[in-house]
Amino acid sequence: MKLHVSTTVNGDAAEFLTDPGTTLLDALRDELGLTGSKEGCGSGDCGACSVIVDGRLVCSCLMLAAEAEGKRIETIEGLARHGELHPIQQKFLEHAALQCGFCTPGLIVASKALLDANPDPTEEEARYWLAGNLCRCTGYDKVIRAVLDAAAELRQERRVA
Amino acid sequence: MTDVLDRQQTETHFATVGTRPIRPDGVDKVTGRAAFGADFVMPGMIWGRILRSPYAHARILGIDTRKALALPGVKAVVTGADFPDLASEIIEGGEAASNSRDMAVNVIARDKALYEGHAVAAVAAISPAIAEAALELIEVSYEPLAHVIDVEAAMAPDAPLLHSHIFTEGLEERPKLPSNIARKHQFVRGDVDAALAAAEVRVEGRYTTKAVHQGYIEPHACVASMSEDGQGHVWCSSQGHFMVRSYCAKVLGVEISNIKVTPAEIGGGFGGKTTIYLEPIALALSRIADAPVKLVMTRDEVFRATGPTSGGVIEVKLGAKKDGTITAAEVELKFQAGAFPGSPVGTACMTALACYDIPNFRIVGWDVVTNSPKTAAYRAPGAPISAFGVECALDELAQKLGMDPVDLRDKNGARDGVKAAYGPTFQNIAFLDTLARIRQHPNYHVPLKANQGRGVAAGFWFNVGGESTGAVRVSDDGTLTVATGNPDIGGSRAGMAMMAAEVFGVPVDNVRVTVPDTQSIGYSMLTGGSRTTFAVGMAVVRASEKVVADLKKRAAGIWQVAEDQVAWKNGEAICLDPAKADAKPLTLKGLAAQSGRTGGPIQAEVSLNAQGAGPGFAVHSCDVEVDPETGHVTVLRYTAAQDVGRAIHPSYVEGQLQGGAAQGVGWALNEEYIFDAEGRMENAGFLDYRVPVASDLPMIDTVLIETAPNPRHPFGAKGVGEAPIVPPLAAVANAVSAAIGVRMTDLPLSPPKIRAALDAKKA
Repeated sequence: MKLHVSTTVNGDAAEFLTDPGTTLLDALRDELGLTGSKEGCGSGDCGACSVIVDGRLVCSCLMLAAEAEGKRIETIEGLARHGELHPIQQKFLEHAALQCGFCTPGLIVASKALLDANPDPTEEEARYWLAGNLCRCTGYDKVIRAVLDAAAELRQERRVA
Repeated sequence: MTDVLDRQQTETHFATVGTRPIRPDGVDKVTGRAAFGADFVMPGMIWGRILRSPYAHARILGIDTRKALALPGVKAVVTGADFPDLASEIIEGGEAASNSRDMAVNVIARDKALYEGHAVAAVAAISPAIAEAALELIEVSYEPLAHVIDVEAAMAPDAPLLHSHIFTEGLEERPKLPSNIARKHQFVRGDVDAALAAAEVRVEGRYTTKAVHQGYIEPHACVASMSEDGQGHVWCSSQGHFMVRSYCAKVLGVEISNIKVTPAEIGGGFGGKTTIYLEPIALALSRIADAPVKLVMTRDEVFRATGPTSGGVIEVKLGAKKDGTITAAEVELKFQAGAFPGSPVGTACMTALACYDIPNFRIVGWDVVTNSPKTAAYRAPGAPISAFGVECALDELAQKLGMDPVDLRDKNGARDGVKAAYGPTFQNIAFLDTLARIRQHPNYHVPLKANQGRGVAAGFWFNVGGESTGAVRVSDDGTLTVATGNPDIGGSRAGMAMMAAEVFGVPVDNVRVTVPDTQSIGYSMLTGGSRTTFAVGMAVVRASEKVVADLKKRAAGIWQVAEDQVAWKNGEAICLDPAKADAKPLTLKGLAAQSGRTGGPIQAEVSLNAQGAGPGFAVHSCDVEVDPETGHVTVLRYTAAQDVGRAIHPSYVEGQLQGGAAQGVGWALNEEYIFDAEGRMENAGFLDYRVPVASDLPMIDTVLIETAPNPRHPFGAKGVGEAPIVPPLAAVANAVSAAIGVRMTDLPLSPPKIRAALDAKKA
């Protein structure tokens, strides 16, 4: 018996049918074709599937697809707008904060949730917030620098606006 | 060998090499567009799952697949019986040879399951849920056997025997009985026993490490399609799609030309994706099911059935004069190979003393099969394990001599002209500069407080070259496409674009880089051995030079001058002939637009076998603080210096140093395979197998040493990816030992071990 789910993904209405046991991650990837969210563990330990649901950072592998009913979901695919990268995406590129790039979507989504909640994090705050996102390539050095630099740029943008 | 560092000798300044442009594949990776192994779908695709042994060692008496096949929606079931039995044959790989028979049996078990997680059967069905349900319906009849995982227990004469055909190789006489000891390696120089006996100062230690996993975040994944005419197509992430092609053909017993492999983006490998697990099974399922089959591992399967690298025992004796001159070294290494021979103990032996000039040594290594997953290459395979023992012993020697640990290494350090323990004579190395830069670094002089300690260690990796292909094509509008046969695991496309841009004298943004399938580019060995920027880069540079030569020839034709009257500079052909003083430079764009009239499309593909990869030397220093109450270690400062030849894109070179250091810190402090009494892995997930997270680490400071460019590479590049994981195990352990005043010898240095050491010290 499939469930019908109506939700909002990156600002657009989205509908899909799902089994009761299907995770939000599988629904995003297999039903909606949004493969930017990755499965690294399926147990909420690696953060590669990070999405923002009603403003809250979650591992989409730990949430059932049926729970998305009526919710507002943001994924990596929704960050760039009108042909422009989000400042976090741009800073990841400028700081070479990725190597293989597999954990990158999750790290960027988690960083966005951080900067939405805390526009001026310390290095330590950024490190603890991102402790749920495993990266095996970079040693996190350039990731943290990118996030702090993006935070500075976003603060500047806000001041100008 | 002729030196080819032509550009380095003739030019002192580069327009692109050494700068930090945004990588060409970057936007795809920050927007979620980049397609990794599990992201690919095919029309009509179905899903596979693999049934794995719950036993560490068991005879497979029979497999009944009838119930699974009868389940509606199941399209295929395969077992070991569906694959040909292969003869024992060595296949040369990127940095480690494989035995085709062992590889085939590791892909899917035949008469015995040799480790928990060993594949025994596989199904394909119209949905993942049906495939999962079908697994439960496969009835395997096992006869459990005694198992052995500890390396020294496996070497005992009465140990449970994994294979009846293994008779230890490398001994003077072939043994009469089979054993788990697959091979003895030995490297000897001088008279180590006499030198040890005569030494003024001696240290001796026994060190152990546990099996650790590469820990790439992307699980293995593939889609495979085998059509009715026997043509197979695989889409997968790997460190080498040509490797996947030849290994799949071997395991399935088909012609290489019948397999085409299209590389996906690869989500980390670190050596762990230099072999095959899923691909031949997916092809076999597809052949029966008449549909493309997708196979994706869970994280649990990744831990239980792939990687890891060996756990090992390292015994070290060092002898020295009172002035710190090391006169003798004896090293014995025992490595878990996992279920089949082929641990990295050979390279561990070769690298063990490579940083030093020691007149007398004996290095012995034992490759031992155990009931654990077959080890796969892991970043500088074997070297971190032997370096852990040797570099800790050196630390102890420095303490005993009252010498600074950097000074001790400097006094005995390898330099140009020193004959390495593994054979060749070093040239163009900068180990001593690397040591000096660590000693000069401000981090080395920060005063330490109570419960804090500082550790130093060095590391070596050969780096390799090998067969490589690069192609360069000029488009009608004068932009360039570079193609290589090597999956880009950490940003190598940026390096390729930059090297081509440098040769052409054009902005790097005018260069696009692609990694096409096995039918669309010449053969390349896999991405491994830190070889890609060096060897594949050389092929790209040579192809670029061929195209530039062609462009100059075409310009000469247009101007009606001799070819030697044309120069190429800043992306333009310049006429040198004084008789044609009014000839305006011909741009790449202009020449491309005229290609139809000057000889047709402009392109070149170069295949070569690159020789002369410069070795990499790394020196790391690490400061830690130990919480005496909990035994928890905090890394306060970390500095990684390395002889890199010349950094093509310094940010990505720094990234290699930082990433290698972080993996090594995990190896030193947290990571280990834990097995229960039945030989089942107890921590097969990222919650319990704890890789470093952002809050575990400080910023990792890097120092790139460019005083000895590699004369065998056009721009002086040396491999950089592997050397950075060699020093951290000992650097961290030496720091912890200094902080608590107890020599710590058994990794990982988890809180209970540190607490126990502190308690023992008090008592």
